[in-house]
Amino acid sequence: MTATENAGTPPTDDAPVPDPNAVQITVNGVAHTARKGQLVIEAAADAGVYIPRFCYHERMTPVGKCRMCLVEADSGRGPAVTVSCMVPVMPDMKVETESPMAKRMQEGVLELLLANHPLDCPVCDKGGECPLQDQTMTHGPGESRFVEEKRHYEKPIPISDLVFLDRERCILCDRCTRFADEVAGDALIHFISRGNTTQVMTFPDEPFASYFSGNTVQICPVGALTAKPYRFKARPWDLEEIESTCTTCAVGCRTVVQSSRDELLRSQGVDSDPVNWGWMCDKGRFGFEAVRTERVTEPLVRTAHGLEPTGWNAALRSAVQLIEDGKLAAGPSAVAVIGGARGSNEDAFAWARLAHDVIDTPHVYAQMGDGLPVGMLAMPRATIDDTAAASTIVLLGPDLKEELPVLYLRVRDAVQKRRVRIVEFTPRESGLTSLAWKSAVYEPGGQVEAVRAALADPEIADQLAAGPVVVIAGRSNLAESSGATVQAVQTLLAGVPGATVLPAFRRGNVVGALQVGMRPRPGGLDTRGILQAAADGKIECLVLVGADPLADFPDTDLARRALAGARRIVSVDTHLSASAQHADVVLPAAAFGEKSGTTTNLEGRVTTLGRKVTAAGTSRPDWMIATAIARGLGTDLGFRSVDDVTDAIARMVDGYEGVTRDALADSADGVLSAPPATIAAIDPVEVEVPVRNSYDYRLVVTRKLYDAGVTVSNSPSLAHLAPGQRVHLHPLDVERVGVQPGADVRVSSSRSAAVMRVEADPTVLRGTAWIAFNQPGGNVGDLIDSTAIVTDVRIENL
Amino acid sequence: MARLNDDNVRLAHEIISRYPRRRSATIPLLHLAQEQDGYLTDDAIRHVAELVGATSAEVLGTATFYEMFKFEPVGTYLINICGTMSCALMGAGELMRHAEQTLGIPVGGTTPDGMFTLEHAECQAACTEAPCLQVNYRHRFRVTPADLDRLVEDLRAGRLGAEIPPHGTLARVRQSIPVESAAGAVTPEQAGAPAWFPAKDPA
Repeated sequence: MTATENAGTPPTDDAPVPDPNAVQITVNGVAHTARKGQLVIEAAADAGVYIPRFCYHERMTPVGKCRMCLVEADSGRGPAVTVSCMVPVMPDMKVETESPMAKRMQEGVLELLLANHPLDCPVCDKGGECPLQDQTMTHGPGESRFVEEKRHYEKPIPISDLVFLDRERCILCDRCTRFADEVAGDALIHFISRGNTTQVMTFPDEPFASYFSGNTVQICPVGALTAKPYRFKARPWDLEEIESTCTTCAVGCRTVVQSSRDELLRSQGVDSDPVNWGWMCDKGRFGFEAVRTERVTEPLVRTAHGLEPTGWNAALRSAVQLIEDGKLAAGPSAVAVIGGARGSNEDAFAWARLAHDVIDTPHVYAQMGDGLPVGMLAMPRATIDDTAAASTIVLLGPDLKEELPVLYLRVRDAVQKRRVRIVEFTPRESGLTSLAWKSAVYEPGGQVEAVRAALADPEIADQLAAGPVVVIAGRSNLAESSGATVQAVQTLLAGVPGATVLPAFRRGNVVGALQVGMRPRPGGLDTRGILQAAADGKIECLVLVGADPLADFPDTDLARRALAGARRIVSVDTHLSASAQHADVVLPAAAFGEKSGTTTNLEGRVTTLGRKVTAAGTSRPDWMIATAIARGLGTDLGFRSVDDVTDAIARMVDGYEGVTRDALADSADGVLSAPPATIAAIDPVEVEVPVRNSYDYRLVVTRKLYDAGVTVSNSPSLAHLAPGQRVHLHPLDVERVGVQPGADVRVSSSRSAAVMRVEADPTVLRGTAWIAFNQPGGNVGDLIDSTAIVTDVRIENL
Repeated sequence: MARLNDDNVRLAHEIISRYPRRRSATIPLLHLAQEQDGYLTDDAIRHVAELVGATSAEVLGTATFYEMFKFEPVGTYLINICGTMSCALMGAGELMRHAEQTLGIPVGGTTPDGMFTLEHAECQAACTEAPCLQVNYRHRFRVTPADLDRLVEDLRAGRLGAEIPPHGTLARVRQSIPVESAAGAVTPEQAGAPAWFPAKDPA
């Protein structure tokens, strides 16, 4: 029986169905329909009325700490002082935000907040974009009656390597401390000495070393928290900004890039609901420093005296000559192209066209041997939102906190707020292990068995059968071939019909590059195959497009032999990387913030990149370089502007039909692309894992957020945060080796031997050894044999 | 700098087991740490944080709220002289100045031999007995400067040992609650409706 029948009126087809979630309220006398359970502050915002606030943040639990949002509300028992960020709407509630009583309260709160707040706005970094300053102007009393001496603290004090705290300016809104505890899960700052001297503080000698510390600076409603890279660099009114997408990793956080006097000065997170919710990791936030550090600013050509600067015409002629000579020597398939994952979709597409259509080589690949086969993209794909809405998330990939930090925040939120359960398979404890419902730590190569055991466990099987399952799949260990992980994913998908996959590919635009064509044609080699062929002397010309195999390919020895074995090397790069130093021609490429275009994140979401500053020196976007080389080789790709390339992608790439410039302009959250049908699914994989000799340790090599890569090592604020290379063993294994933690040991594999410090680490499985990849001064890549299923090492007392 | 000793770790685990959530044991464990060292050392706070599964910053945030937790070494006897209205009117100011002279330390200081710490306190709920003070939180009423001198002398000579234990002492007789007598606390999620709560009408 419907409500209409109940009321005795005859049912009509067009009678509106009453919305059970609608709540009728009035805001400042104007009727408004709010949602059930909605907070008054949000409902008022929907009705177009801004209620001033400091502590309230839409992505965090309301705490009612600052009292700035006091309004007068009458829910039937007469007007009452109401904290609008804590009270949900009630039927027929009358909210007054501008009544004399409301104004008196707001002015009173502001006067009290300002009693101890220094009036140093002219020298404060926040001045000009400060909520306290702005709301004092809009809602404040205008004059203070406070004539006494204000409170004084030592200022500013560093609470981490990146963040400074000025306690005099702090209004104790609980935003940073709430963020640290609730969002980041690093409750390293807290209110100390609560009472008259409450202050935000860390524990002595335990700094706020969170990967997400920069967010607290962004959400601080006053100038209490400032970030080292931006302190005293600019005034907000001098900044120009453009919306863009962070390409540090494949999550694709929306960001606004700000510059002054043609220099990148700051990145701020933008709240994109399907992706980053306004958060960023510190590497993405502060990594822009690399854009202005140690760049290649002009083309370089190898002469008898080494790499010498030259003009673009000469350099392009040399590059074209090298490619043509390579083709002449041994045919088009003697030319190979590696890279493209660091740039835009346009860069990758132009290079794919050049490689496939102009040079006509099948050997093209955007991955660096540290991911999973491109066929992973053909699996039924989940979005980040699907993942957060699943009932079970299966982790079969890297430590998200280290490699895809903001995805870690989204998964963490899903577990904490939505009670999503995590079933984790990992070679060592990860950032999510403490939140996982079930966590299986396996010895490298053992993931298939671990997945089978989990599927056979009735409790886990029930959970997996209960609702949507999303598998986050990626490369969890660089010292192990991808085979076992692929087989484990296949086993899991066979056992859980309907499960979808979120590919945890790491590098900025790797999914976009693969989808628009930077992948081998039938018969083409992947990166390991290309490097092997180069080492065997079969590659006449190797083109590196923003690729640095010496740093990024897990098997450093093979990379070294490949660069020595390739007859000619052309490098297109922003920085003179270790690999670029081996090139015969280096073409300087424009970096993040210096070029526009689009990028694709790990879920296939295409968003725009913004160009904010002039490219360093004479560097050019990669797509322009590809177009020029194609012209040199006698083919006009037809690209006159970056928009031409974007249009060509929409026209020509399967899965990008909807990704038009109009669609991108209409949608702030970007447009989802689909994997091209030409990406073939991976055939079932069977991996035979060799047995480990009980004297040996199975090697686990993973990335940390801060490493010796181009972004971190060229960002002065981040470079010293890389932890360095150590071998981590279980404490009992350290004892077995017969050394004290902190001593040097010899680590030897079939490839090479290295001496490094040993750490006792209970998060490492017995019989395995964990070493972080590509750390400053590190050489773990020398130990890894990329042809082996797993790498075993011997560890000896010196 | 000291973490909890083995005996206290054993006791800490016993205390933690009395609560449905580990974090609930934070304050009892801080008392235990203060009893061991006389004040809360950084290492002890870190250790308590490990035991209850919180960060050191969170435990420090909780501990610093409470006046009776100390973060600097405290003398064996902590003398708190009340300075609130009734006591102030009855000569607490003179008493404090006298105490500073007798002990040779300013308010807030500790004697070099580690015997006494002198502090100012707010109302100790003995206004009819003003001026009053506390030694290790044991009251002394209507204290004259001469009384104070005598008190200090007695404490130095150890004549009040039976009455006033060293600072931080929680209990001189350690109680033990056998597991079977524990309250059987459960987390709020596990707890059902209380017995007196009217049952929902099944209709």
